[in-house]
Amino acid sequence: MTDYDIVVIGGGNAALCAAMTAAEAGARVLVLEAAPKAYRGGNSRHTRNFRCMHKGPLGPLVDDYSEEEYLADLLKVTGGKTDRTLAQLAIRGSEECLPWMQAHGVHFQPSLSGTLSLARTNAFFMGGGKSLVNAYYRTAEKLGVDVFYDAPVEHLELEGDKITRVDYSHDGQAHSVTPKAVVVASGGFQADIDWLTRAWGPAARNFLIRGTPFNRGVVLADLLAQGVESEGDADQCHAVAIDGRAPKYDGGIVTRLDCVPFSIVVNKEAERFYDEGEDVWPKRYAIWGRLIAAQPDQVGYVIIDAKSLDLFMPSVFPPLKADSLEELAGKLDLPAEKLVQTVGEFNAACGDTSGFHPTELDNIATTGLTPPKTNWARPITEPPYYGYSLRTGVTFTYLGLKVDETAQCRTAHGPVRNLWAAGETMAGSILGQGYLAGFGMTIGTVFGRIAGQEAATYAN
Amino acid sequence: MQTDLIQEARRQAEICNACRYCEGYCSVFPSMHAGRAFSEGDITQLANLCHNCRGCYYACQYTAPHEFDLNLPKALAEVRRGSWEEFAWPQPLARRFHSHGSAIAVVLTIGFALMFWAIRSIGSSGEGFYAVLSHSAMVAIFLPAFLLPLFSLGIGLRRYWRHVGGGRLDLSSIGRAVGKAAKMKDLAAGHGEGCNFEDEDRFSHARRHIHQAIMYGFLLCFAATTAGTVLHYGLNLAAPYGLWSLPKILGIPGGILLTLGCAAMAMLKQRSNRDLGDAGAWGGEMGFVLLLGFTGFSGLALYVLGGTVMAAPVLALHLGAVLTLFVLTPFTKMAHGFYRLAALVRDAQRTL
Repeated sequence: MTDYDIVVIGGGNAALCAAMTAAEAGARVLVLEAAPKAYRGGNSRHTRNFRCMHKGPLGPLVDDYSEEEYLADLLKVTGGKTDRTLAQLAIRGSEECLPWMQAHGVHFQPSLSGTLSLARTNAFFMGGGKSLVNAYYRTAEKLGVDVFYDAPVEHLELEGDKITRVDYSHDGQAHSVTPKAVVVASGGFQADIDWLTRAWGPAARNFLIRGTPFNRGVVLADLLAQGVESEGDADQCHAVAIDGRAPKYDGGIVTRLDCVPFSIVVNKEAERFYDEGEDVWPKRYAIWGRLIAAQPDQVGYVIIDAKSLDLFMPSVFPPLKADSLEELAGKLDLPAEKLVQTVGEFNAACGDTSGFHPTELDNIATTGLTPPKTNWARPITEPPYYGYSLRTGVTFTYLGLKVDETAQCRTAHGPVRNLWAAGETMAGSILGQGYLAGFGMTIGTVFGRIAGQEAATYAN
Repeated sequence: MQTDLIQEARRQAEICNACRYCEGYCSVFPSMHAGRAFSEGDITQLANLCHNCRGCYYACQYTAPHEFDLNLPKALAEVRRGSWEEFAWPQPLARRFHSHGSAIAVVLTIGFALMFWAIRSIGSSGEGFYAVLSHSAMVAIFLPAFLLPLFSLGIGLRRYWRHVGGGRLDLSSIGRAVGKAAKMKDLAAGHGEGCNFEDEDRFSHARRHIHQAIMYGFLLCFAATTAGTVLHYGLNLAAPYGLWSLPKILGIPGGILLTLGCAAMAMLKQRSNRDLGDAGAWGGEMGFVLLLGFTGFSGLALYVLGGTVMAAPVLALHLGAVLTLFVLTPFTKMAHGFYRLAALVRDAQRTL
């Protein structure tokens, strides 16, 4: 077997950025991807954009997006729960990443239809994240990086302050490799429902996992058990409300529902529980995962009427449709009388709707209703009525490896001299809670490159 | 229209419409994302807009083994062929040649036999290849063999236009469509690096350039024949024409492009994954590519061997191939160019 300088664990964006950077610095690199080739790329497969600071137009991005504004956006969503040094490193690093990504085969395009509000801040990948991943694998291969698919890592042997051995299986057989340095970029643990359940309680059994089923946190758990330090809480994650009919794993982008602002959302008792019109959907979708998780049986129901059907992006599964609220309640398995009452109370609290504007905060609000609906509050009166079920869809968990500015991991005794981490597996340092669209790819790219460079320097 | 094929393409389009990651690749996606529900006509139009570049397949998160099992290039290719068969006239000829190369070979053999018979029994009057078969005999055979398929194709296109809800033809839409076809823009992907045809997700211009060679080769050959007709009737100049005459200046490069292009396409197709296209039409498509290539090749051979004893058999082979190509135009892959152009015009009408 070839002697590798560096083993990169994982096969998504952060892993490939690390592998390419290390190979360009002259290292012999092996990528161990747990998934088969068809599912390679981890959650990066499902991504679509990269949040990027820039002064002046850059690639597909228009105007400016300053470091201060970027950081302010991050502080807003995380409620200040972030490692400011690492966050600034990610934000500042993002600007030079964009041309680097292009040089490594990524193509950008103007923002996708339905996401025009992101044209200034987020650069969209043409073809989405899987095409980015494809381009990176092609580039990595050209740089001489070896990739094993179906090669999950089971254990890293930590002796003193060094990783001395990586155990993995490949083609159903156990193997070991002894590289000079290791980069861990194998994501969170969200696909391990048992672990999620330990962190969240039994409610987690009802969660759907939006991304790859291969991020089971095996390497993360193995390192934590050996005293490598962690960051973030096990019950923090990026979770959104998605179509309740989505597959258990890997449903990706199409399972999202954009209709909440034009709806009322009720729980299984047919009661409202939160202001559906609090803000435009791109700023609110990330909190609804938790809101749904807090409801009985972790399920919600979106109710709209005919006049709102065309105001949002089409859903992958058609909505349930009925000519009366009673009939819709039957189809959604909701108490009919209560639903009629809830809708009735909501309708009665609606006022003048002539200023309704679907894409802006229009202040068309309810009066005297608890909880209120503060924008887009139009009575639900026009049959046919439509309904969707909503469930919590977890994208990735935030409990991860603690790293310093060089992406290096540590134990209580100090740094692990040859271990670095990048991507979702260390994103919890920066995302204490909440989520900022396109920031996962920024963290992965910036810290993937740092980890690859540091590991290569060490190995040389 | 085969409802199961339409329904499968619709199922996939509805998933695409909720995703939209591919909208930068080609004309199909902006057109698809303009609506929320897909009629049979919408699906047929999307199918004919698709150039089978496969960019969307390799970018897709939802291809097998994912349970959504997306393979849009294949689904649209199957609807596309179904639409050509459905719209073709007369119907008894519609459903054989797209899928069976052997059926094309049978017609070609009949074409060869007919030309050998014509040469023997009608005979000659004139110089060059008219010394083998007279001009009037050629006209008697090829005028109907040219006009009848055109008429048939016209009926098919008219049916297509109605099905997809096309509006009154206008010059700006036609101009835009011809511009896209001339550059084969939809085989270049939005970033201009080509398609994913012969080596999985690697972008390459191989298919686009080969297709250009075939298309322009064919158009040059067609222009050469037209030039010959004009010289013959307009200026009373009969063949054979010299090397620096218009028919030769157009025809020789055209024949070379057509021959090499078809040979390259046949090889390229062997390397591509059949499952990302209409696998059931593989034989018919290959038969058609070989027929088209042979038409160019035999034309060049005729030029080289025209003055020798081989002139008569080579002329019979060339004319037999041309006859087959013309007669089968509405019923083979040859029709795709016309439908594709119609789809591009329709798409231009949508956006102009």
